[in-house]
Amino acid sequence: MASTIKVKTKLSDDVATVKSLMLHPMETGSRKDPDSGAIIPAHHITQLIFTNNGKQVMVANFSTAVSKNPYFSFSFNGAKAGDTLNISWVDNIGEKGELETQLK
Amino acid sequence: MQYTKRALLKGSFALMALAALPARLLAAAWPEKAFSAPEMNAALTGLFGTDVLTASDQITLKAPEIAENGAVVPVSIKTTLPNVESISIVVEKNPRPMVATFEIPPGTLADISSRIKMAETSDVTAVIKTSDGLYSTARQVKVTIGGCGG
Repeated sequence: MASTIKVKTKLSDDVATVKSLMLHPMETGSRKDPDSGAIIPAHHITQLIFTNNGKQVMVANFSTAVSKNPYFSFSFNGAKAGDTLNISWVDNIGEKGELETQLK
Repeated sequence: MQYTKRALLKGSFALMALAALPARLLAAAWPEKAFSAPEMNAALTGLFGTDVLTASDQITLKAPEIAENGAVVPVSIKTTLPNVESISIVVEKNPRPMVATFEIPPGTLADISSRIKMAETSDVTAVIKTSDGLYSTARQVKVTIGGCGG
């Protein structure tokens, strides 16, 4: 299965900028199925965590109000080429996604 | 004697298991109380224990003046305030105002961007938690088509 995470990183001196995109429906739990009229249950990413060489550099907590296929970007200091950036998410029904990439 | 040895072994195994836990499991729990609160004050109290915010001009909140599609509203927040611990996005008139909260460990820049859903025209508030307290700035975003259901 293709990864649910797309990421672009850019190093400028020791500052890494991370732009990430997760594939996820981010259902609010208040939307109705247009055919059956039944409420579509909430299904959304709750936590998105970034570590660089094992050190946590960002923890993002999401509600249902983050857009479908969430986009998120941030930057951190102390990065260098070859560092291992790990991105992982977990959602409210226990599904997970993970991606590892090298900074360059 | 044997018993103590076993207990010691057990203990060290438990420690090893703890050390082997991936970093993501050590993150703070998802703040459910703040995210399920139907009002902004309760959402803030649920996350920070208080809803008292100090307005600050050291926070830059970028959001469109008019969002044609409330399902995708780009928001960027950065601040020059020192010792930032977290950045949160709050949309007052959403059914559940707390949208997202970002924990900023030392070394990470207080500068984030994401895309959020807005049910209707509302103030969008950026809340910055520093070691000194809570600071905020807000701006109105007009929404022509809501993004929270329908």
